[in-house]
Amino acid sequence: MLLFLLLAGVAFYAWRVRQREHLLQPWRRLMRSRSGMASAVVLLAFVAVGVLDSLHFRLPLERQANNARLHYAPDVLSVFDLLAGPLRKQLEKTYSAPFAVHLFTKETIELPGGKQARDFPRLKYGGAHLRDPGADRAADIAVTAATGAFYALVLCAVMTALLVLWLARRRGVSPGTAWMLIRHGQDEIPWRTLLAAIGLLTLFVCLAALLSAKYHLLGTDKVGQDVFYLALKSIRTGLMIGTLTTLVMLPFALLLGIMAGYFRGWVDDVIQYTYTTLSSIPGVLLIAAAVLILQVYMDSNQDMFDTVAARADIRLLFLCIILGVTSWTGLCRLLRGEALKLREMEFIQAATAFGVGHFRIIARHILPNVMHIVLISIVLDFSGLVLAEAVLSYVGVGVDPSMQSWGNMINGARLEMAREPMVWWSLLAAFVFMFVLVLSANLFSDRVRDAFDPRVK
Amino acid sequence: MIQYIIRRILYAIPILIGVNLITFALFFVVNTPDNMARIHLGMKHVTPEAVAKWKHERGYDKPLLWNGQAQGEKKATDTIFFEKSVGMFAFDFGRSDEGRDIAYDIKTRMWPSLAIALPVFVIGLAVNVTFAMLMAFFRATYIDLAGVVLCVAMMSISGLFYIIGGQYLVSKLLHLTPISGFDGGFNALKFIILPVVIGVIGGIGTGARWYRTIFLEETSRDYVRTARAKGLSELSVLFGHVLKNAMIPILTGAVVVIPLLFMGSLISESFFGIPGLGSYTIDAINAQDFAIVRAMVFLGSVLYIVGLILTDISYTLVDPRIRLE
Repeated sequence: MLLFLLLAGVAFYAWRVRQREHLLQPWRRLMRSRSGMASAVVLLAFVAVGVLDSLHFRLPLERQANNARLHYAPDVLSVFDLLAGPLRKQLEKTYSAPFAVHLFTKETIELPGGKQARDFPRLKYGGAHLRDPGADRAADIAVTAATGAFYALVLCAVMTALLVLWLARRRGVSPGTAWMLIRHGQDEIPWRTLLAAIGLLTLFVCLAALLSAKYHLLGTDKVGQDVFYLALKSIRTGLMIGTLTTLVMLPFALLLGIMAGYFRGWVDDVIQYTYTTLSSIPGVLLIAAAVLILQVYMDSNQDMFDTVAARADIRLLFLCIILGVTSWTGLCRLLRGEALKLREMEFIQAATAFGVGHFRIIARHILPNVMHIVLISIVLDFSGLVLAEAVLSYVGVGVDPSMQSWGNMINGARLEMAREPMVWWSLLAAFVFMFVLVLSANLFSDRVRDAFDPRVK
Repeated sequence: MIQYIIRRILYAIPILIGVNLITFALFFVVNTPDNMARIHLGMKHVTPEAVAKWKHERGYDKPLLWNGQAQGEKKATDTIFFEKSVGMFAFDFGRSDEGRDIAYDIKTRMWPSLAIALPVFVIGLAVNVTFAMLMAFFRATYIDLAGVVLCVAMMSISGLFYIIGGQYLVSKLLHLTPISGFDGGFNALKFIILPVVIGVIGGIGTGARWYRTIFLEETSRDYVRTARAKGLSELSVLFGHVLKNAMIPILTGAVVVIPLLFMGSLISESFFGIPGLGSYTIDAINAQDFAIVRAMVFLGSVLYIVGLILTDISYTLVDPRIRLE
């Protein structure tokens, strides 16, 4: 629900920007930067997984003849779960390494002759189709990977051809010329980089899709869940924290920051006092204190939160709220400074002289002029929030332990650090996914700042 | 000068009162002592007598703000607010929910924290400034570009991974330092090295990149052009002019963290098993010891405000253009 509102909001913003040339300008600049576009592609892929994972529904059970009411399965699924169906269901017993066909721990197995032996048992799903895993595994992986690469190549070729045709129509040149434009990077938008990023992504998706159907791509965790699946599910948690926190913080920061700068006087004093007080409490400690108190509250009112999922959701929501409360102060300070500057400008003075009301001045004249600051700081803060989630989960005040998140994955894997040989794949998975997401967010935010900051021009 | 400092300290008082009120509201109003007692005594099968006893032992059985039954001035002083919250202004933190003296704990645990945080701060500052100067010296070349890319990549790695990776590589594979632990005196050195190195490395990404922008901003100033025009080499411009001026924002930005060094770092202390204030706080959070968390919240804000005041003072010390009103 919230998600659709958000998507609608983004769509509306995009439409508005298209209408107005001066708003379009910075986006054009953004489109022209190579690293900006490449990181945008990666970010979009992450968002796509997150959105697919947010479309929840419950599978209807078979309708019983005597009972007219439709029953629903108890667990809530998402579209993404359907797409990754086998990954979700193929549970092993406990740890297994990436691409392994055997469990990570020895167990007593009954041999055909009735004798017993201690050995690593075969996995139920990982590489189960192989008859002789020792000999066939490498060849099978290679063949599957080659097939995946081939599919990716075909997809890329199709996409390139489509792009060439579209560009040819758009620019009014022949397809051959359009191809040359793309190849030599002469068009204003860096299509080459864009295609390379999309190509790599397609390759990765194809490989992952084919391989993970047969093997556990990144191994399995303690209760035998596929780590690759868990890491993908964690994307949603990470993105949720980023967006929800921003949504919580934005109204506070906007309203109070502009009010403080515009009205000055006692309003300014009160607001300044509020944010100095809040920002002087160390962030982690305030979050820890608040989450502890929420936990106590939930434990003493257990009847209010009946399911585990509801508790986890409440906790996530509350975490976002408290993160928002601790992080609005920075933006608020920036906005106050900008509003102080703006209110002395001639156009605001003119508006005041014409008798325009305060509310209208703020909405029509000040708000549009501070939007670039808001956008820049939102994008800058996003990567920090994703990293903060991991740290908070480690401290024990992050998302609910039952929720899939990178922080929880690290936390679980940390306990196995002392094991010999080490269980490294959960850590690796969390590391790679977080690194890619945060890196692309950082690169993107750099480009956004370059494109939108009027001082950089 | 002294007048100014006094005024700044007076300004800090309302903020501290605000912090105190917030913590009081969080810990006693939103979350009643009854709830706390039940958490500590176990959720089920708790008799009201046990709750009352637990509360009485810790002094949580008094009225929150106003004691109507007491006599005279006791009406205001014989309350939870006065005993638990007002006392903090005199750094009287009282006892933890386990019965330990918090002020004593803080005093003993402060030093291990400082032993890690201070070297991280000093070495980190030096390393970051060096890297930033290198990048500024080679600006707009491939070296600069590579440096920036490296910084962004290092920024994107969660601090947890630096610690896990460092522990694995140095302690487990190479056996150079112990994985975790702490010791008094000079024996502590071998425990301190790894956390310090990791702390410094983890901070390079953000720090060096930020300082680089400061350096670049300074190099576009007029005085730099004048210095070049009189024929100074690029190196002496950088060291003689840019470095001095860039140190103003760098130093004043760094001063605010100095008091907070006492608090230590939550994550690295608990990973390395260092008995500092950071791990103290983490343990308190995990044990749901509200008295300690409350004390740490207050202490953290006090130190932050001290840092702010020090920042303002340091501005006037290093930048002669700024005058105090």
